[in-house]
Amino acid sequence: MRQLFDFNGGVKPDYHKDASVQRPIAVSPAPAFLVIPLHQSIGGTPRPLVAPGDHVLKGQRIGAADGNLSAAVHASTSGTVSAVEMRRMPHPSGLSALCVVIETDGKDEWGERQPFDYRNRPREETRDYLRDAGIVGLGGAVFPSHLKLAPGKQGSLDTLVINGAECEPFITCDDLLMRERAAGIVRGIRIMRELLAAHRVLIGIEDNKPQAIAAMQAAVSGSGESDMEIVAIPTRYPAGGAKQLIRVLTGIEVPHGKRSTDYGVQCFNVGTAYAIHEAIDLGQPLISRIVTVAGNVAAPRNYEVLLGTPMRAVMALAEPLPDTDRIIMGGPMMGVPMPGDEVPVVKATNCILAGSRKLFPPPPPEMPCIRCGECAKACPADLQPFELYWFARAKIFGKAQEYHLFDCIECGCCAYVCPSRIPLVDYYRFAKSEIWAREAEKEAADKAREHYEFRQQREEREKQEKAARLAAKTAAGREKAAVALASVTSAESATAAPAASPEEDAKKALIAAALARARAQQAQPANTTGLTPEQEAEIAAIEARRAAMREEIRKQARPHLPPDN
Amino acid sequence: MLTAILVMALGAVVLGAALGYAAVRFRVQGDPLVEKIDAVLPQTQCGQCGFPGCKPYAQAIAKGEADINQCPPGGEEGIRKLADLLGREVKPLSAEHGVEKPKAVAFIDEQICIGCTLCIQACPVDAIVGAAKQMHTVIAAQCTGCELCVPPCPVNCISMQPIVETVETWKWKYPIIEIKPAPARIS
Amino acid sequence: MTNSPYLLKPASVQSIMLRVLAALLPGIAAYVWFFGAAILVQIALATVAALAAEALILKLRDKPVMLFLTDGSALVTAWLIALSLPPLVPWWLTVLAVAIAIIVAKHLYGGLGQNPFNPAMVAFALMIVAYPQLMSHWPLPGAATFTQQWQMIFHALAPETLDALTSATPLDALRTALHTQGTTASVASVLAGNGNIGQFAGRGWEWVAGGYLLGGLWMLQQRIITWHLPAAFLATLFALSGAASLADGAHHAGPLFHLFGGGAMLAAFFIITDPVSAATTPKGKLIFAAGIALITWIIRSFGAYPDGIAFGVLLMNIAVPLIDMYTQPAVFGHKKEDMPHE
Ligand code: SF4
Ligand code: SF4
Ligand code: SF4
Repeated sequence: MRQLFDFNGGVKPDYHKDASVQRPIAVSPAPAFLVIPLHQSIGGTPRPLVAPGDHVLKGQRIGAADGNLSAAVHASTSGTVSAVEMRRMPHPSGLSALCVVIETDGKDEWGERQPFDYRNRPREETRDYLRDAGIVGLGGAVFPSHLKLAPGKQGSLDTLVINGAECEPFITCDDLLMRERAAGIVRGIRIMRELLAAHRVLIGIEDNKPQAIAAMQAAVSGSGESDMEIVAIPTRYPAGGAKQLIRVLTGIEVPHGKRSTDYGVQCFNVGTAYAIHEAIDLGQPLISRIVTVAGNVAAPRNYEVLLGTPMRAVMALAEPLPDTDRIIMGGPMMGVPMPGDEVPVVKATNCILAGSRKLFPPPPPEMPCIRCGECAKACPADLQPFELYWFARAKIFGKAQEYHLFDCIECGCCAYVCPSRIPLVDYYRFAKSEIWAREAEKEAADKAREHYEFRQQREEREKQEKAARLAAKTAAGREKAAVALASVTSAESATAAPAASPEEDAKKALIAAALARARAQQAQPANTTGLTPEQEAEIAAIEARRAAMREEIRKQARPHLPPDN
Repeated sequence: MLTAILVMALGAVVLGAALGYAAVRFRVQGDPLVEKIDAVLPQTQCGQCGFPGCKPYAQAIAKGEADINQCPPGGEEGIRKLADLLGREVKPLSAEHGVEKPKAVAFIDEQICIGCTLCIQACPVDAIVGAAKQMHTVIAAQCTGCELCVPPCPVNCISMQPIVETVETWKWKYPIIEIKPAPARIS
Repeated sequence: MTNSPYLLKPASVQSIMLRVLAALLPGIAAYVWFFGAAILVQIALATVAALAAEALILKLRDKPVMLFLTDGSALVTAWLIALSLPPLVPWWLTVLAVAIAIIVAKHLYGGLGQNPFNPAMVAFALMIVAYPQLMSHWPLPGAATFTQQWQMIFHALAPETLDALTSATPLDALRTALHTQGTTASVASVLAGNGNIGQFAGRGWEWVAGGYLLGGLWMLQQRIITWHLPAAFLATLFALSGAASLADGAHHAGPLFHLFGGGAMLAAFFIITDPVSAATTPKGKLIFAAGIALITWIIRSFGAYPDGIAFGVLLMNIAVPLIDMYTQPAVFGHKKEDMPHE
């Protein structure tokens, strides 16, 4: 038996998982219209590749990754693009973002599918392929997987951790996936392992899923993989948090903001492994995922759902009860409320949870914090949640950051145990987004200051240059005049021979001085030669800024659309 | 006696030289107070404060020539930060300098623009690109919303567009104790 | 719309407070058994006074009265005051103490969760400073009938009768004797002449303390309190008094006497564990409790007041923000260096 480590804190809520594991995964039929948001992963928004009227095939790329920190999106079935427009997102804000709307044709006609021979291609190419296949973390974080599939500096990885813990109550999509498609998951793990050059693979599954453990065990031994170990871990929320799972399996604590590869580990969800298998071995991009429909429904079950299917359609299959009053995407501990039921299923949708006042009664009124320390005992990140709460509530954000606000994984354990019923996590979410906004504002102000100062400098320089040019021009003009005058006077002097008047002397002196100035300025041209290294560096910086500016103009060229409501 | 005085004098000279050298070598660039004030100002560079930019206003505040409540883009929050920094009383924004408005960016109607370059000259942060007789456009990410480009345009094709909230810029709200949960919104 | 988590553990401030009250019951039972029902009268008085004061001040502060009145925190404060004061003090003293605790120490500092000082101890300390005479009226076990006790509480009996029926606590008696008789007295001689001594500490008091210990252990089992505070407090007191009595047994009472002779058990499990005014980090709790034990022992051994717990608690309350700041536990994945420090 492998030695397991422990993380502090955590809670044991009611799991409510039994209801949705009674029946196998069912396929949710394609709806009449698919609404596929372009932005479904962490990172930039993909560029739309289709226009209204285009016919698309199943698996066809409809959004190209924006830079490397992004992942492509695809048509989930065949049909005709009816619009590329702003639609309400499955996001608590209820705001809209650019979506490709596809009227499905019912033929479900695949585009070209080709397995990708990753063994004979450079790793770099495989990663690009996965990016273009839209593979992102399916545990809920939707971080583009190709970015995590590069081994660290040392060129290999100690441990590849596969997350099959699934600790959130109600959610069973990974459980069912492991039960039914273990062989595919193991294939996917194998591919990841090769890409990462990982020495060993640890697959962590909470011990309340014996069937999934058995299925995975069978698949591993059937595949002949060595060094791939299934580890049953104690059931305790949030054992499925990536950091917590890594800690439990390897004893390593990856601090916030650090890349886990630098610590010799990397963690992927089982669903991601399966998606990678589909992309590489079958040539199928990520166009569907397993979604648990549970909560206030008569027939909770797992469905394979095409991305872009309205949640309403999927929920209907599970027969929601009449007193359903909200939809939550994700589980009851970390899920987010949906603005409506027409929002589409996206890559992050692991669960559609129907809620009611009976199932999730509104919390009793919030009481003051009595500093009982329950939250600190429950916090898996070893934070002092009540201190964070205090600072967030008083909007003392600097202090909140000092007390490691950003190490909070928003797992909700603290709010779960708080006897005063304080919505602690809400305060942290508020504080975090406020801090982000302020940082963005600060950054914008710094940039504006830079631009302003740059412009001031330039204006100053232009003024000087202009003055110089002007001086040179007048000097030249006067010289000509002086020469002309001189010839006239010399001709005249023969007859009248008057001595040069004092007035003319002064003029000449002036001209000479201007000439000297102009020459001096010509000898020292403003900005072309004889530069010090600092000046050169400055010019380089200015050039870089110009390049950035051009980049921004390019970004601006993207459609600038208003939200719909 | 004399040696003592000489030693003291020598010491003073050496120390003075060291201090002088240090003063030159480690001189603080610029006036730190001005920098600090400038860091708090919004850098909109709109001139509503009565100075040709945020830095001049910062200098004026530092010299005591201007009050801290003259910057409309900074708004109440900005005044509070200045008051904190300078240890002064918070006061309301002075009405003669303008009112706090939601953030906006300039937008050029490219159909109407005649390419006169007047707006380019007005923009304090080089956020407008274009050339003579060519259509101009605003780099929204660089625009501070100062509105200085609006009046010079001879064909009135520049308008200020409020910045709309997107999914990415949306912020979680300050939690309030709910009296009554919102009614169901299930269609 | 509410946000996640949607699942909440069924816990509330009220249930915590009610369980704290329940944990006091064994100690109260022993109290009544040995010293008569006077304490029940005092608890009732304190309860009524606390609820009235709390309701009044909540009303004045425009807070939801019923919500806070039913949270039970005022009751805990009231009961702790009643159990700390001598049970034979006049009724108005109890009411005054409770009123000060609720109105001044709790609500003037912001109410539930905001008070930096333990309200019960603020009241106790003020009373002992203001009415030292009345505050030494401890009953002799079995000396007074309930009627006499009732009279003492409500009619203020003549001083002679009072003296016959009351005594100092064993702890107090020991300290006074040691102080007044100088070097000739020893712990053994003082205790030998005191009819108030039980098996190993004060007669009766040791059983009351045992009752508190029992209730405290139940609270530990219920996870209402953590082991840090009581363990550090009792261990420090044990170590200090043990070392002192080993070094100079004639002039320092032993550890059992200290732990069971006064309010140490009540303090260890019920008073210093008041979460609002105590340190919150595990290490901070150890420091906080050890500090109280140290101050308590010093005052008991060398000071002028019979018991030093209240002053120990108040003094350490002042230090709590500092203790908490310097004992922040290491955050997941972070080494000790980048903890918040001023
Ligand atoms: S659990 Fe709630 S009441 Fe207790 S310390 Fe934490 S925030 Fe305060
Ligand atoms: S939500 Fe944050 S503070 Fe609360 S328990 Fe989880 S990690 Fe800790
Ligand atoms: S008013 Fe405009 S120019 Fe003046 S400080 Fe504010 S943003 Fe800067």
